[in-house]
Amino acid sequence: MKANPKDVLTGVYYIDGDVASGYGALAAGCKFVAGYPITPSTEAFEAVCHRGPQVGAVFIQMEDELGSISAVMGAAWAGVKTMTITSGPGYSLMQETIGFGAMLEIPFVLLNIQRGGPSTGVPTKTGQADMMQSRWGAHGDYEVIAISPDSPQEMFDYTIKAFNLAERYRCPVMIMSDECVGHMTEKVVIPEADKIEIEARRMYNGPASEYMPFKPDPDLVPKMARAGAGLNLYITGLVHDEKGHPVKSANYKSAHVRRLVDKIRLNKDKIIELKEDGTDGADVIVVSYGISSRVAVKGVEIARQKGIKVGTLRLVTVWPFPDERIAELAQTTKAFVVPEINYGQVVFDVARCTHGKANVVLVPHGGAGVHNPSDVADAIEFAAKHESPLEGVHEFKTRLEKSVFEGGLKLKE
Amino acid sequence: MKADKTGVLTGSHALTGNEACAEGALAAGCRFLGLYPIVPSIEVSKRFLQRAPEVGATFIQMEDEISALAAVIGASWTGKKSMTITSGPGLSLMMEHLGLGVMLETPCVVADIQMVGPGLGLPEHPAYGDMMQARWGSHGDYEIIALSPSSPQEMFDFTIKAFNLSERYRVPVAVMSDAYVAQLKETVVIPSAGEITIEPRRYFDGPSDSYLPFKRDEDLVPRMVDIGQGYRFHVTGLTHDDRGYPIMFEECQEYNVHPLVWKVRNYVEKIVDYQETSIDDADVVVISYGATARAAQKAVTQAREAGIKAGSLKLNTVWPFPEKKVAEVAKRVKAFVVPEMNFGQVVLEVERCSNGKTNILFLHHGDNGVEHTDGIIAAIKRASGANGVVGSTVELK
Amino acid sequence: MAVERIDDREIHPMENLLRMDRMPHIWCPTCGIGIAVTAFTAALEKAKIDPNMAAIVSGIGCTGRVAGYVKLDSFHTTHGRPIAFATGIKVANPKMKVIVFSGDGDLMAIGGNHFIHAARRNIDMLVVCVNNFIYAMTGGQVAPTTPLAAYATTSPYGCVEPPFNIPYIADSSGAVYVARYTALHVRRLTNALTEALNKKGFSVVEVISPCGMYYSRINRLGDGLDMMKFYHDNVEIRHGEDTKNLDIGFQTKIICGKFVDRERPSYMERYNQWLSEVKSTRKNLDAPKGAEGEG
Repeated sequence: MKANPKDVLTGVYYIDGDVASGYGALAAGCKFVAGYPITPSTEAFEAVCHRGPQVGAVFIQMEDELGSISAVMGAAWAGVKTMTITSGPGYSLMQETIGFGAMLEIPFVLLNIQRGGPSTGVPTKTGQADMMQSRWGAHGDYEVIAISPDSPQEMFDYTIKAFNLAERYRCPVMIMSDECVGHMTEKVVIPEADKIEIEARRMYNGPASEYMPFKPDPDLVPKMARAGAGLNLYITGLVHDEKGHPVKSANYKSAHVRRLVDKIRLNKDKIIELKEDGTDGADVIVVSYGISSRVAVKGVEIARQKGIKVGTLRLVTVWPFPDERIAELAQTTKAFVVPEINYGQVVFDVARCTHGKANVVLVPHGGAGVHNPSDVADAIEFAAKHESPLEGVHEFKTRLEKSVFEGGLKLKE
Repeated sequence: MKADKTGVLTGSHALTGNEACAEGALAAGCRFLGLYPIVPSIEVSKRFLQRAPEVGATFIQMEDEISALAAVIGASWTGKKSMTITSGPGLSLMMEHLGLGVMLETPCVVADIQMVGPGLGLPEHPAYGDMMQARWGSHGDYEIIALSPSSPQEMFDFTIKAFNLSERYRVPVAVMSDAYVAQLKETVVIPSAGEITIEPRRYFDGPSDSYLPFKRDEDLVPRMVDIGQGYRFHVTGLTHDDRGYPIMFEECQEYNVHPLVWKVRNYVEKIVDYQETSIDDADVVVISYGATARAAQKAVTQAREAGIKAGSLKLNTVWPFPEKKVAEVAKRVKAFVVPEMNFGQVVLEVERCSNGKTNILFLHHGDNGVEHTDGIIAAIKRASGANGVVGSTVELK
Repeated sequence: MAVERIDDREIHPMENLLRMDRMPHIWCPTCGIGIAVTAFTAALEKAKIDPNMAAIVSGIGCTGRVAGYVKLDSFHTTHGRPIAFATGIKVANPKMKVIVFSGDGDLMAIGGNHFIHAARRNIDMLVVCVNNFIYAMTGGQVAPTTPLAAYATTSPYGCVEPPFNIPYIADSSGAVYVARYTALHVRRLTNALTEALNKKGFSVVEVISPCGMYYSRINRLGDGLDMMKFYHDNVEIRHGEDTKNLDIGFQTKIICGKFVDRERPSYMERYNQWLSEVKSTRKNLDAPKGAEGEG
């Protein structure tokens, strides 16, 4: 299916990532956005508020993030494509309902413009420390899809992709962006509507009496319906059978919850998107995502000038994680270098998948800024020269850490 | 320091896990409970409330779990040891304040009586689906400590331990139990107050104008004062310096947050606690925690009787993960069997720490009952016959 | 309050209650929050509150920063939760005087639930709610107090939601003291805060404050001084007015005054009474069987 020309603001723009994501959502056919102001994501919500009414999309600013995401759940069952927008603290508040959404297999998109944490942290500056939270933040077992764009153009493109994946797999899809990309202003090309591929909601169209909201197709994804279609829906967040009726504790078998994880795990080859450059025969592979992958480019350049064979692997989709690809590359490369704006999150999954076949070096950064490319270059050089196996994840000591803890640097105000 | 006698119900009692948790809290000196009722954790609060008047403990039922943990953090700054208890959906709601507890470095205990999730799940059915959530559920970087008891006796012991660790490292500590252990009734032996060691709060006792709320001692843990002592200090959830004043620069972010991670990671070997059974000559080691450990330990005994060299590594602390121990055992066994009452959470850590040195068999446990051992025995048998090493985890269905 | 000079430095008359090492503060020129803080610190003195035995808790937002500038035991907590946090402090240490100082978005939107419940319980605390009709820290989004038809960045076509009447909510939820003044009424505000500080139970003082940076700019209302003039011309003091009648429309008359002043047993009073009864009778506290439902 193609996008509706009415929804698409075709043209070339100079806008920031937040706004691009808002336009992407509307282009993808999103008709309901609920949000709550939180720096640094507010511009995306504001963009929807301004343009939404022109394309027939409804927006509402709820009383808090719990309210926003709950409204999104309801709107999805009312039959429209929906999204909510937030940042760290709001994301923590949303966790319960994200799990609820996974349980009810609700297609929705969540845009998280990450900032420095934990707690209130540094609201106006960047971070990438909610990555593990996006995978594990709610109670119980579930799987989500998480995408990490690295430019305003990608914020537009991958917001559309996020909607498509959400509809395709009936699951929450997180766009795990960050303040840098969200507030970065660049050229964004919005194509013609007929160049934009849209995944339509997989609606049930059989007889009303036979509809089972949780009876899966062979690809493990059930068909969706909407309230008000005469289907007499019964939808609950309790563990339920295919009809949607709650299951008694005594009869509980984990089949239902297992399908929630399997529908992503077994389809993961179709979901995962990676961008690789020079990974074949590389001595060191830099694994990165989001803004860190743009900073890493410079570090890789410096290392290549020094004659080191460096490859790059960019995780466009971070979850589900490309276990097999990392394991495969671990056989041929000496080491992985992982720059991320946190003190070690995705790097643990990289380490897990290497199975001891390659060294793993983390280049940490606490947030409120991005890496110094020289740190990435130095870490690559260290990894290239280090022949013996390192125990666990090796944390590289950055210039920032040295200056703060060893240089006697006075904290400026 | 020894426990205060008023909270310790010395003697041998038949208690459920939930009741033992409440007794443990009171014995540890917990004097504030902030809660919101949620099945299957109700009995903890019931027991606590019954005993509160005689012990002199305070409690409040708040309007939701968000405010329950907020009140607990507030109460902790008055000098009272504080805790909250909840189950999956409540824990999800507490995630933002878990981060606040970490940022304010507030000692407090969160007991999570897990049930089947996600969503409303199955409120009375045991599961261990919140294990990774305890570690990663709040935004931003942090480390916390999580213990996983597997019997009412351990509910008592580990709750005390949780309070001690929480005071020692000034982090929120999670007690990750489940609906099965919580409702299981067994004999719990409560020793006399003189036999219970209590970690006192690390107070600052200098003059009020020299107090810096986040000035770290050598072991990276800052000292506390109570409110109302005249120190008139400020703390904030924003990134802050030693004075507790917000500063929004990357240098300060590094200065503030990196030690939050270090103060646990650098002391992993001191914090971790595990129980090993016949590991020395084992071919297959079952790694388990919580209720699953009950079945795992039985299965290991049965496997030994059947002539298979099986051993058990029971994780008492799940977070921080005993990385070194698992890496060391991985080098000398044919396989790890990891039964969990979820679809693969802690097994990912086992896989990471094994460094490809051994096979890993994951088993979703619990569909046939928590104490059911057949699945684990089958897994042990299969693992003991393995030749060579497949690096990645294999799930046994 | 004469300005003293020590070492050629101007001394703020409230210096003993302010963190002078945190100055200058972050508030914009013509903002009313500073006035509210000054009135509050003056009230602390007038009410003879021991500063060592008082704690101030704020949430997030412009007013959320107040805790950082007042020299009491002070807590800058999460968005919407200062009342819950303060409840923990008060219940765990009833000797403390607890003040929550936060904004309309923080207390009435995300924290609305805690507001009504603390009022219902009648937790002994003073809540100062600075109402500037907008989310200012995040750049001017619509708030639960934004008057109908007023503009904000997330109500670009005019606000379509009727706003909360804060005194009415406080009154109907059970607050024992409710007053409202604007940032212009410094003396009356100080007196109200003094009275409220000495009141036992859940007291609410709403402070209407100009936001020259967002609310008046987006709505073309001039600067902070114009807002002050507006308050001067359009505020009517009506003590004891029925709180039902206190709605604020877009640039309509604002009714100020003390509306509620009554007695109700506070949470700790009831709690202690209950506790002594239990201790004397050893009442069995077992909850009725079958009372447990789904969580």
